[in-house]
Amino acid sequence: MRNPVLEVQGVSKTYLMGEVEVDALRNVSASFYEGEMVVLLGSSGSGKSTLLNILGGLDVPSSGSVRFRGVDIGAADEAELTSFRRRSVGFVFQFYNLISSLTALENVGLVADIASDPMPAGEALGLVGLGERMHHFPSQLSGGEQQRVAIARAVAKRPELLLCDEPTGALDYETGKLVLEVLRTVNEELGTTTLLITHNAAIAGMADRVFRMRSGEITGITENDKKLNPSELSW
Amino acid sequence: MTLLGRKLFREVWHLRGQMLAVAAVVACGISVFVAMKSVEHSLASTRLRYYAEERFADVFLGLKRAPLSMVDKALVIEGVAAARGRIVADVTLDVSGLSEPATGRLLSMPDHRRPVLNDLVLVEGRYFEAGQVDEVIASRPFMEANGLDVGDRIGAVINGRWSSLRIVGTALSPEYIYEVQPGGFFPDNRRFGVFWMSRSALASALDMEGAFNDLSVQLSRDASEAEVLTRLDHMFRRYGGVGAYGRGDHFSDRFIADEIRQVGIQVTVLPTIFLCVGAFLLNIVLRRLVSTQRQQVAVMKAMGYTNIEIGLHYLGYALLPVSVGALAGTLTGLWLGRGLTAVYSDFYNFAELYFMFRASDVLLSVLLSFAAAIGGAYGAVRSVVSLPPAEGMRPEAPSSGGLGVLDRSGVSTRFSIPVRLILRNIERRPFKSAISSLMIAFSLAILVAGRYGYDAVSYMMFTEFSNKHREDVTVMFNEPRSRAVGYELAAFEGVVEQELYREEPARLVCGHRSRRQVIQGIERSDGIRRLLDARNEPYRLPRHGLLLTTTLATSLGASPGDTLDVEFLQGERRHARVVLQDTIDELLGLSAYMHLAELEKAAGASGVVSAASLRLDAAYSAQLFSRLKELPGVAGVTMLKAMKESFEEVIARSTITSTLLLTVFAGILAFAVVYNGARISLSERGRELSSLRVLGYTRREIALMLLGEQVVLTIAAIPFGFGLGMLLSYLLALSLSSELYRMPLVFMPVNFVFAFFVIVLVALISGVIVKRSMDRLDLIAVLKTRE
Repeated sequence: MRNPVLEVQGVSKTYLMGEVEVDALRNVSASFYEGEMVVLLGSSGSGKSTLLNILGGLDVPSSGSVRFRGVDIGAADEAELTSFRRRSVGFVFQFYNLISSLTALENVGLVADIASDPMPAGEALGLVGLGERMHHFPSQLSGGEQQRVAIARAVAKRPELLLCDEPTGALDYETGKLVLEVLRTVNEELGTTTLLITHNAAIAGMADRVFRMRSGEITGITENDKKLNPSELSW
Repeated sequence: MTLLGRKLFREVWHLRGQMLAVAAVVACGISVFVAMKSVEHSLASTRLRYYAEERFADVFLGLKRAPLSMVDKALVIEGVAAARGRIVADVTLDVSGLSEPATGRLLSMPDHRRPVLNDLVLVEGRYFEAGQVDEVIASRPFMEANGLDVGDRIGAVINGRWSSLRIVGTALSPEYIYEVQPGGFFPDNRRFGVFWMSRSALASALDMEGAFNDLSVQLSRDASEAEVLTRLDHMFRRYGGVGAYGRGDHFSDRFIADEIRQVGIQVTVLPTIFLCVGAFLLNIVLRRLVSTQRQQVAVMKAMGYTNIEIGLHYLGYALLPVSVGALAGTLTGLWLGRGLTAVYSDFYNFAELYFMFRASDVLLSVLLSFAAAIGGAYGAVRSVVSLPPAEGMRPEAPSSGGLGVLDRSGVSTRFSIPVRLILRNIERRPFKSAISSLMIAFSLAILVAGRYGYDAVSYMMFTEFSNKHREDVTVMFNEPRSRAVGYELAAFEGVVEQELYREEPARLVCGHRSRRQVIQGIERSDGIRRLLDARNEPYRLPRHGLLLTTTLATSLGASPGDTLDVEFLQGERRHARVVLQDTIDELLGLSAYMHLAELEKAAGASGVVSAASLRLDAAYSAQLFSRLKELPGVAGVTMLKAMKESFEEVIARSTITSTLLLTVFAGILAFAVVYNGARISLSERGRELSSLRVLGYTRREIALMLLGEQVVLTIAAIPFGFGLGMLLSYLLALSLSSELYRMPLVFMPVNFVFAFFVIVLVALISGVIVKRSMDRLDLIAVLKTRE
């Protein structure tokens, strides 16, 4: 088997929501390997976003360990987490979170500014099929295009880990498939370990492995013998 | 409380930082308004009351000597309600503990206490006892400045005889609210004092039994002052009358009237600035608030709330902080007003300076602040009211992208992306950015203009005391003296240089305008006393004709080349026609100059002088002073250095307070603008900044991006602020200048540096506070919500 990039061991996360304690994650253990495409499938409240946030250094676990390339990031401080994200992680969210006063090229360039070995912003946009529209501002782009800019922005730093939280959640069917296509391209061409969160079971078909989550626990891991192309998916 | 009311209070609490900033700015404006209004009212009504209670005269006339029966004749003049003839004499004093001679003005009072015009208020001690010829009552400022007590004695040279006077009381008078030695401008209470003496004692000392040399007149209600002045002048011409004048030309009254007028001006400027800034801040805070609450507004409308209810609800967001500000401002203003009134009573000698305020002023301040609230909330309330519910349910259209000037011109590519981000944010909302910058500029302007008054006065002092008047001592004689007095003075050990001059009271007439004015006859304009032009360059006195200060010429409507009628008011009372040769810009007072020889030709009586300026060798000053104290015929001795010191002390005391106040106010203003600007940016751009954090930007980096906009606006505000400060100073100079003095437009670089540092410091503090709230931003939560 390939090397694990990320390993979580006995991770739990408890939130205080007002006066109620919520166990968002309970004793989760898993490993993610170089270059694989993982889909985390679960309904709303299953804990998948919490796990993704912990994996990406946006949050820290209440207990358990998170090791990135053997280094424990579960106990890292704010500055260490920032530098971890800066070097190694790309995020894509349901809402594109682009900066409205910057062009597509500049939005991607923002990452290039702080990464050590970035991909030229134009090349990253070419990868997501937006080479032609790189000088447009977000307000001049469609939702799918904006999400592709967000993906380009996430991959421009050549992250080892690409974390996508419902990247197609705000998009229509056709556009959603187009975005998934881009994610597949990135995964295959750059070999970036990609974790994709969705509640849409149909998307699981494009993964190497599928994690099913419920109530803060991983209830099952399946391996796809044959990965499907996003174009072959339907829902 | 209604649910909307609860919503209002909770949300205002949630936005408390910004709301407090608005309230603080409004409070500053209102406190200045209330404070200055109450000071103005206190000064004006105390003056009025004081004048009425002590029967301050309406018309004054100095003369040589007239029999007391002439007082009754004066009473016959139509318009004269009361008249009082008294004896006035300036004498040299010997005060224990003071090496140099002081000047005393002796005023006669009835032997037995009875109400008279220009009465005194006995503060301490008692009135004269019958038969006691050495008793005097002294003015309080003089007593305090010299540490004298009732019962102490002082020496005086009266009519050439040295006598010892016993102080039996301390008093104040409406005539000397601003107590300044004759010919002086700034108070020097150590070396000048007013003394009241029983009529019989003073008359016998001065050989003035049955006579008087000073007339005070009270006018009847519908009297014509001009008419009375003319008739009095005519009536007392043969008694050596030197020209009657009304209260408007009374030095002390004019000084206070000017002060009250200046306070009135300050009431308008600062509060206007603060309330405008308050309105602007409300505007940006409320606009942001309603843009985040579009959906709530739509839901409320869908539920059936009327536009009026919703409009009033959002107006409440403005009225609430403004009411808090108005209340705090009113209370602070009353407190400040009380304190400032106390400062004024240090400077002006009122028997009692009552602190007063009018309920109508407080009400007006509340109305003004509400007007600011409504003005500030107008845009936001209108957008809420006009929002169709269906549209409100949808998210607001994203701000339009597109290339601005910076991009089209290619300038932006020279900057890094974070810098471009900052510049574009400013460029996309040019109006808001410009106003924000303007508001910061106002803070700077307040700091610059606040210090301007001090600079202007310092400059006046420098010109007056160091450049123009270079004498150490001026000796004024009771009577015109022969020029030979110059040799006498020069023979005193320690007198390095002496210069004689002559002063002739005259009436200058140009067309239908006329004015009483002392003409100074001088021999040279480049000696101990110099004439300086507007650029502070030495000015050469014309050999012939008259030289007037510009303000005096303007008030007479005279231009160089015009011929003026000059009626001399003393001696032979000659009339002459003299050509106005030139005008000269001087900062203090009104002056007329002629070459001494020309003045002698015009006024007659050649070879006499009325005063001497001396430069002394410091080593001999003590013995020289003691000789001057005994010199007969000396009406007064003024010490330039002492005058300068006493003035500097007074100015320093009052400017420290005002500088401190203005610095605090300007600081609050700048803080509120920068803090609110950054908070609004944070609210508007929370998502962007969170994205950047997720991408791996550090807190520091995104703080710089957020605050960079405020930094750029602050930097842009600096030159504007300086310019605006200079403009404000110019307007202040225009409005504060009077016939008594012209404020020169001078600026000290150190004040700009000071203003700069205050603004930078304030911007830094607000930046740190905003950064702290930015650090608490929950990035995940922000990113998961739809804008």
